[in-house]
Amino acid sequence: MTGAAERAETLLNVEDLCVDFPTEDGVVGAVRGVSFSLRRGEVLGVVGESGSGKSVSSMAIMGLLPRTAKVTGSINYAGDELANLSYRQMQHYRNNEIAMIFQDPMTSLNPVFTIGWQLSEAYRAHHSVSKKAAWAKAVESLELVGIPQPDRRARQYPHEFSGGMRQRAIIAMSIINDPQLIIADEPTTALDVTVQAQILETLLRIRDETAAAVIMITHDLGVVAGMVDRVQVMYGGTVVESGGVDQVFDEPRMPYTMGLLGSVPNPNLLGTRLTPITGAPPSLMHLPAGCSFSPRCPLVIDDCHEAEPELAETDSAGHTARCIRWRELLEVSKPQEVFISQQLGIVEDPAVLLAENPELAEAEHIASMSEHAGQGTTEGTGRQ
Amino acid sequence: MSTAAMEEQQETGQAQAPLLEVRDLVKEFPVRGGGIIPRTVGTVQAVSGISLQIGQGETLGLVGESGCGKSTTGRAILQLQKPTSGSVRFKGRELTTLRATELRPIRRDMQIVFQDPYASLNPKWPVNDIISEPLQIHGATAGGATGTVQQQVNELMELVGLNPEHRNRYPHEFSGGQRQRIGIARALALRPKLIVLDEPVSALDVSVQAGVVNLLEELQEQRGLAYLFVAHDLSVVRHISDRVAVMYLGKIVETGTREDIYKHATHPYTQALLSAVPVPDPKQERERQRNRIVLTGDVPSPTNPPSGCRFRTRCWKAQDICAVEEPPLIRHGKTISACHFAEELQRS
Repeated sequence: MTGAAERAETLLNVEDLCVDFPTEDGVVGAVRGVSFSLRRGEVLGVVGESGSGKSVSSMAIMGLLPRTAKVTGSINYAGDELANLSYRQMQHYRNNEIAMIFQDPMTSLNPVFTIGWQLSEAYRAHHSVSKKAAWAKAVESLELVGIPQPDRRARQYPHEFSGGMRQRAIIAMSIINDPQLIIADEPTTALDVTVQAQILETLLRIRDETAAAVIMITHDLGVVAGMVDRVQVMYGGTVVESGGVDQVFDEPRMPYTMGLLGSVPNPNLLGTRLTPITGAPPSLMHLPAGCSFSPRCPLVIDDCHEAEPELAETDSAGHTARCIRWRELLEVSKPQEVFISQQLGIVEDPAVLLAENPELAEAEHIASMSEHAGQGTTEGTGRQ
Repeated sequence: MSTAAMEEQQETGQAQAPLLEVRDLVKEFPVRGGGIIPRTVGTVQAVSGISLQIGQGETLGLVGESGCGKSTTGRAILQLQKPTSGSVRFKGRELTTLRATELRPIRRDMQIVFQDPYASLNPKWPVNDIISEPLQIHGATAGGATGTVQQQVNELMELVGLNPEHRNRYPHEFSGGQRQRIGIARALALRPKLIVLDEPVSALDVSVQAGVVNLLEELQEQRGLAYLFVAHDLSVVRHISDRVAVMYLGKIVETGTREDIYKHATHPYTQALLSAVPVPDPKQERERQRNRIVLTGDVPSPTNPPSGCRFRTRCWKAQDICAVEEPPLIRHGKTISACHFAEELQRS
């Protein structure tokens, strides 16, 4: 980001974003030092497992986190600083400049108002127009996302819509004020495959027609592969690899990304065993020392436990990874070469995953107790 | 229907009777109206006459979207929910007419692993009790096992990749993937012949999912288990199954070997379903996006299924005959499918 022209192109610039949640048991570092920038019209995919901080970082951009959350760092949207704006100050940006699509289409619509009413309310919040004009805009917006008979549908309530239709209505609501940035947080996770295909097609069309930038948050590598220009892989609250979609998928430079790609059944690898990553994602309250992926990493060396590696440029431009051993992956073409795929009889010890100091067996046990207690709740809420 | 079943039997290449044989299985649920005295105002046919077979050591993948009746099928086969009609024969014995006490010894050979590892383990019980419960009920030597209950629990825990020292811990002390392993250990305790896997990995994170899938595959090789793998994730089903049956609104619309279903599908629904799955490969995915079949609308309600072919409301091939006449499940090309216009997709 050097030239002035390039700076004008940049829509969103996030610098060293950190989100901490103080709890009774300690501080949960949900997002740790996330930096990225997004150009106008660009589609960025954010991939990660539950608890990797992908949703929290987008909630921070939208200013939707509860007041207990401590947000530090800079969120620069088209020259305006958004970090730590008050709820009221954020209202100008919400939906008007930045819109968000949530995972569950049922809970993000109000069941007691008609779809058309909810859409026109969103429009009237930012435009001083008559109710009638706002209604017309709502119908137009429903038509844009491919809802048949939009004028009749606008008079219906959310319960009269099917899951896919509701998600379309949400998309219609998010684009009604022509935002420059759309954040889609797992928009298709709650939907069936055939409906997912419809919604993704709608999103792609919206991207082409509105020229809005899109941040696509998902755990589905397939969804990312077909939709985005750039990918950002998150693990343990921070970005561990980022680059163009082809770079990241073809030449991953972070063992976690490689393991993730090997974990997904791929028709090209039929007949071979999958390559799971042993262990479970870390608890954000008790992160392992050094690299947060080190307890699960097959390439781990002693240096990995020393300090968390920087997100540094790798062999190709614009492709960064947070791994000191990325050069080892240059020769590796298949995840099988790095990860063990046999499972039977191999006992994995959950305590090993969190041992910050293996000498202290007692402390380790206590840590593992709270780890699993914490994990149960965070994972439980993260899924449907 | 019977010709299809026979053909299917030939396909599995088995001269002797299959381990599990299901014929025209129907499961209806009453719909009760509101009011003080709830009256039955109608029925939902969750499963409407499906037939399938599973041979020894074989994996049958049962796929479909939510609400198509795939989980109900699994449960009706195990007699956890009594089928309304139809026949379920396990090792040649008819199960639907048996009483609960007569069923108990047979249950030893048929187990189930549930979808949600958070809800399917008793939170008040330590893992040891959860895994040993089947052994307590059926006796420690059930299924030809040796050793004391305690020895067997330790062996089972090691087998599924858990540390036996953790047997006194409670389910909340384990991660999702580990809990699913506890569920698998419990199902394995009685050395069953058939395990119904009801979406066993869909609640797990991707990196953890692969570990459980590998474990299931290796257990099958070691113990000669037969699986009925119920899932909505087509890529996982493709990975694990020998044969695949695709369900839509309570009926099987297409069945065949894994290769044939994924490469030579003849039913439009299967084709659309396969084309809708995103592939984690950017180049391939861009290509697929251009040729993607995107169905319109959602799955209709099973309370009022469309006449004739149930898929016709979303099908691009639908013609008048589809509304009148239900297509039989017969061989078309390499697979057995229920469509008047079944045809392999022309690849452009």
